[in-house]
Amino acid sequence: MSEDIAYHEYDVLVIGAGGAGLRAAIEAAENGLKTAVLGKSLLGKAHTVMAEGGVAAALGNVDPQDGWETHFYDTCRSAHFINDYRMAEIHAKEAPDRVLELEYWGAVFDRTPEGKIMQRPFGAHSFRRLAHVGDRTGKEIIRTLEQKIMTLNVDVYQEITATKLFKDQERIAGCIAYYREDGRFAVFTAKAVVIATGGWGKAYKVTSNSWESTGDGAALAFRAGAELADMEMVQFHPTGMTWPPGARGILVTEGVRGEGGFLCNSEGERFMEKYDPVRKDLSSRDVVARGIYKEVKAGRGTPHGGAWLDITHKGAAFIKHKLPGMYEQLLSLADVDITKSRFEVAPTIHYTMGGLRVDPYTGATSVPGLFAAGECAAGLHGANRLGGNSLSDILVFGRRAGAGAMEYAKDTKMPKIDDTEVQAEVERVLAPLSRTEGENPYKLHEDLQEIMAAHAGIERNGQSLEEGLGRIQELRERTEHQMAKGSRQFNPGWHGVFDVQNMVLLGEAIIRGAIERKESRGAQWRTDFPDELENQGKVNYVQRLTDHGIELHPEPVPEMPEELARLFKLGMAPGLANSARKE
Amino acid sequence: MAQTAESLQPTKRKSHALPYWVEPTFTVVALGLFGLYTLWLVFFQSSGQFHNYLSPFFSPTESWGIKVLPAIWVLWSPLLFRATCYYYRKEIYRGFFHDPVSCAVPESRKYYFGETRFPFSWTNLHRWFWYVAVIVLVFLWIDAVQAFIFNGHFGIGLGSIIMLINVGLLTAYTFSCHAFRHLIGGGSQKFSCSDGRPTTRYKWWNRVSAWNEHHGTYAWISMFFVWFTDVYIRLLMNGVIHDVRFF
Amino acid sequence: MPDEITLSVYRGDKSGGQEVEYKVPIQTGMVVLDALHFIQAHDAPDLAVRWNCKAAHCGSCSAEINGSPKLLCKTRVDDYVGEVIHIRPMHSFPVIKDLVTDVSWNYEKLRQVPAFQPAIKAPFTLQQRDVDRIQEFRNCIECFLCQNICHVLRDHDAKDRYWGPRLMIRIAELEMHPLDTGDRLDLLKGAAGVGMCNITKCCTVVCPQGIDITDNGIIPLKERVADVYWDPLGGLVRKLHK
Repeated sequence: MSEDIAYHEYDVLVIGAGGAGLRAAIEAAENGLKTAVLGKSLLGKAHTVMAEGGVAAALGNVDPQDGWETHFYDTCRSAHFINDYRMAEIHAKEAPDRVLELEYWGAVFDRTPEGKIMQRPFGAHSFRRLAHVGDRTGKEIIRTLEQKIMTLNVDVYQEITATKLFKDQERIAGCIAYYREDGRFAVFTAKAVVIATGGWGKAYKVTSNSWESTGDGAALAFRAGAELADMEMVQFHPTGMTWPPGARGILVTEGVRGEGGFLCNSEGERFMEKYDPVRKDLSSRDVVARGIYKEVKAGRGTPHGGAWLDITHKGAAFIKHKLPGMYEQLLSLADVDITKSRFEVAPTIHYTMGGLRVDPYTGATSVPGLFAAGECAAGLHGANRLGGNSLSDILVFGRRAGAGAMEYAKDTKMPKIDDTEVQAEVERVLAPLSRTEGENPYKLHEDLQEIMAAHAGIERNGQSLEEGLGRIQELRERTEHQMAKGSRQFNPGWHGVFDVQNMVLLGEAIIRGAIERKESRGAQWRTDFPDELENQGKVNYVQRLTDHGIELHPEPVPEMPEELARLFKLGMAPGLANSARKE
Repeated sequence: MAQTAESLQPTKRKSHALPYWVEPTFTVVALGLFGLYTLWLVFFQSSGQFHNYLSPFFSPTESWGIKVLPAIWVLWSPLLFRATCYYYRKEIYRGFFHDPVSCAVPESRKYYFGETRFPFSWTNLHRWFWYVAVIVLVFLWIDAVQAFIFNGHFGIGLGSIIMLINVGLLTAYTFSCHAFRHLIGGGSQKFSCSDGRPTTRYKWWNRVSAWNEHHGTYAWISMFFVWFTDVYIRLLMNGVIHDVRFF
Repeated sequence: MPDEITLSVYRGDKSGGQEVEYKVPIQTGMVVLDALHFIQAHDAPDLAVRWNCKAAHCGSCSAEINGSPKLLCKTRVDDYVGEVIHIRPMHSFPVIKDLVTDVSWNYEKLRQVPAFQPAIKAPFTLQQRDVDRIQEFRNCIECFLCQNICHVLRDHDAKDRYWGPRLMIRIAELEMHPLDTGDRLDLLKGAAGVGMCNITKCCTVVCPQGIDITDNGIIPLKERVADVYWDPLGGLVRKLHK
């Protein structure tokens, strides 16, 4: 049977319709390039909607001492210095412009009494820095980008899944994708491709991520020869819901603590004073998550294995105004009125700091013509991401990847995709539907989540990681023999086949990275190497997929020039040091 | 664009929730009876005055030489104000036109043009009827004051209190109106002066918005109270009951 | 509480379909979407349902539960103990498969709304009170439940004459933005068809975000149209005022 395949040609093809993807597409399209965006869901539903607390940008609207230097300082410190300082610098300098640009496009942020954009405090930020809209900032941002995209000449393909990237010699040539609606195939030939498909938190069971976070783009690019870095760095958000079972892992925004909420254990002790006497409940996420974990392990956990989070002292009116989404979410899902009673929270997988290794200025990966931005790219967040830095990340580097792709596309000819490769991929994608026996993707997904939780969770050790590696390699074998019942028409079972393959590949990379990093740093906590080690702080672990499987090697962390390094020798945040000097 | 074949009638899962037809039926019965009562007044009653008490249906009594049936002289304006009211429109469309009778309940009629054509497009004139309703309201306030003056002396009877409550409710209904909310401030794009302080229109809009939330409640209560006031005065006129004097 | 609940789920596509019953063990605090996931994992891997965040932020999982339009992720199973839970796709849009409907019409219309046209460059100076109104509207998650329940679209299929509550809210948020210079009143009266709304408020009732669609959005838009088309006096006053 010969397939009826649609063929499209674009200058810039963006895979992923979250914040980073849309921002990249806007950049390319505004400059007149023929641009398309592919998304697995409907437009505006991407995981960006889940970002609650705010977007970090040193606007200095509330704390005028704030500036890019301090934002840079906070980012690098939280990253435990294994991030790319160039990305942190670009990010800190450009984030304010990106936020103001959103305002110009129609985003409506909360206001200060002077009528400027309001900024709230957040974990490990030296100043009040997060521009926000109540507790639904991500939604505001993706809606604004969606509305902006609609004014531009961008072709948006909704509910379509890319399964393979093609190359023309060494350079990228495009991809093949199928429509979720009816399983039709489409081949996109493109001069440049931007991957903006987000993270792979769904490899874990207790996660704040939506079903989409299966790391498709990162896995596709990895298979196409791009490098992954810092894969061991997976962020636990300290405060996910613990109950009811179906809601376990759903995010409770850091904004609850930002607005004055505090944590305590079953004995009523405010335990964060013990783990971080200075920043307490607003310490960085790795520290708070580990704090809760340790309390539970020591037998001071709440009934459902977490800690209490209490914001009742702020009063009902304040809570309903500042955290309306949280109030509603806990009331409807867990029957808890957070204005009247404290509630339970526990760490939940939230973000993948690692990902595709990119050029800090253009988002270019190691494959010519292939770019990446957002959660699927590595480099900005190092060992731990600061809250609010992901929304600024997608804006700053989404735009840069779009610009990088645009520049690349301008000076190049349309590549060619080899038709035999297309046919082979079509066959591979359709195979699970014709198998009469094989593995159940839902079951494999459960197994993967079990492996990741057991061997690569918040607490890790070498022996368990090695065991996990063996188990996940077995699992990877099984993912090649999956079966999907039913037709090609909107068939979640069939769609799951490819999600699982991608997640298993990336799960293996997580475990390999974790084995190699023999220290505890940020999100990586190894009980057999409990300390942060100086020599380990100088490298990133980079992985590449070859015919013999995954190969891993260390790469030196780019060294900061003196004028930036001096910011860390002041003994305090640069903004505070500046104002101290003036006095 | 095609639609799916069929959908289910909504069932009620909460035991305290009423069946969907209760509200529209209440509307039809209440407005129907009120309408019949009004017609009876128009055609069979020529006055509504008992000493210093004046029925709201017959106020003002002065007709400046224009000859119509006494009740019609003023009645058209509050009736049109209510008929074009955003709240009553909802109840009327649901109750009388089944457009829709209740949410998610299928409609039997195929033809629908909403408020795009006459006569329903004239509901856009709501603000004009509001202006007239305010004038009538002034007369009703004068009547309410008169109700406290017995033969040139201040006094309080049950009727005085009823008339005061009546005009109070009508005022609440009139000034919680959606059109008024728009005119007083809702129509402006900006609510702050250049120095960041709230504009006067904003303050009014904010206040009217709070009243507006209860517009539906005021609509029903004031309507029933007008009715009750007329009945009370009519019973006095016919000597069925006697007014209670407190003072 | 019983330990099992029966779900009767619509299975079908463009060519038709019917409800199929599934039994699902009840877990504490379970939502209907959890129950559908259980069915997918155990009985019907190809059961089509849209969902993303499972926390009522994205507005993907709109469907009709026992006849009422709701988000599957926000509807608790324990509200229906002792009943069969009937789950059907949104009625106002064509079925693609099972619970998934074709909502592309809404995006087409969203594209046709003239975008935000700011009077000045950012940063803007705006007070919170200036933006409170539009923030309420921008809280929309585009679940399209209002479009689904609106009888103009649902019963009369008048998609050619009325764009529906979601689009009214989109236009309202632009018209009420203090710095917007665009004029969408002709559009509102014409193609978008605000006059087709007869303010029967079902959209407001079903909105999972609690947006007061009718009172704060559509009625003020109707009044804005009345300003221009039904109020020459007001129009004159406004002209002189400017």
